[in-house]
Amino acid sequence: MITVGIDAGAKNIKITFLKDGEVIATGISPSGFDQNAASEALMNETLAKVGLTHSDVDVICSTGAGRKVVPGAKHVLTEVSAMARGSLFLRPDVRTVIDVGAEEGRAIRCNEAGKVEDFAVNEKCAAGSGAFTEAMARALEVSLEELGKLSLTSSASVPMNAQCAVFAESEVISLLHASTPKQDIAKAIHDAIASRIMSMCRRVGINPAIMLVGGVARNVGFVQSLRTAMEEEVFVPDNPEFVGSLGAALIAADREVETATA
Amino acid sequence: MKANYGYMDGSGDYFITIDTDKCVECETRACVAACPANLFVIEEDDWDDLVALIAQDKRKSVKYDCAPCKPVTDRPPLPCMAECPFDAIEHSW
Repeated sequence: MITVGIDAGAKNIKITFLKDGEVIATGISPSGFDQNAASEALMNETLAKVGLTHSDVDVICSTGAGRKVVPGAKHVLTEVSAMARGSLFLRPDVRTVIDVGAEEGRAIRCNEAGKVEDFAVNEKCAAGSGAFTEAMARALEVSLEELGKLSLTSSASVPMNAQCAVFAESEVISLLHASTPKQDIAKAIHDAIASRIMSMCRRVGINPAIMLVGGVARNVGFVQSLRTAMEEEVFVPDNPEFVGSLGAALIAADREVETATA
Repeated sequence: MKANYGYMDGSGDYFITIDTDKCVECETRACVAACPANLFVIEEDDWDDLVALIAQDKRKSVKYDCAPCKPVTDRPPLPCMAECPFDAIEHSW
């Protein structure tokens, strides 16, 4: 059985093809202005990559901010259940899932059976999301990748008082004018995001093991700041941005099996 | 499951928490009619349970939408919480 999970995120669309529980292909493309068209194009591109056609796919499941516009989706799920399912598949002892995407952050607490017990989503404030790191990287005139690496070279603790992405940018400019080293500012930026995410995690409660997923998990500076803030090991899977689409594909497969055996 | 709908920003945390394990037992759905700002809707969640949740277009404005029910002095019980027969609703602020 081939199931497809499509995570139509605010910035990128991610797709995962699953065949009998094994990932056979993944793909990613910008969401752009038309998530419907972008999802369809990514689906066709990934089908061609693995030599399949639409008729080979048993079921499509969508998730993410644009989940309702994904063409051909039989199941439509929130990111909460998709992220939880994907994370537990990758590491069954995970009890807390932290998802930091381009536009929102999310904390999910699961029990031993994998059931979601508590979740919180912050979809309003950019200060705890990938958009914040992008804006700060621009202010520091470094790439996103450099921002993460720079942060790791600092051991200083520079407080950033601003709780808002817009005001934080002014604070970064002020720190630059005060000749604060770039690496210290980079660490301050990641510490600030980690603090915002920590605050949301406290709302749902933190149980180890903790897994960080979503595109921002690729930022090594943020991962280090979050580990320090949590005082716990935070696991990052190999492809953190695909966990949502993987979870959606897994749930699609679960539901097909349930239907077949009912 | 405790579902937290809302947001946090520089001024604080603004979440409405709905305990869906309690909510699913409810037959009256009194919260929907009780809320003067029409924040609550009844929808099926990812686990096929029909539960109350905060409408998608209201999640980023709960601080302001709930403000009329939260006067600074002489605060009465919140209508949504008062009407919920299972005490499934909480506000974080």
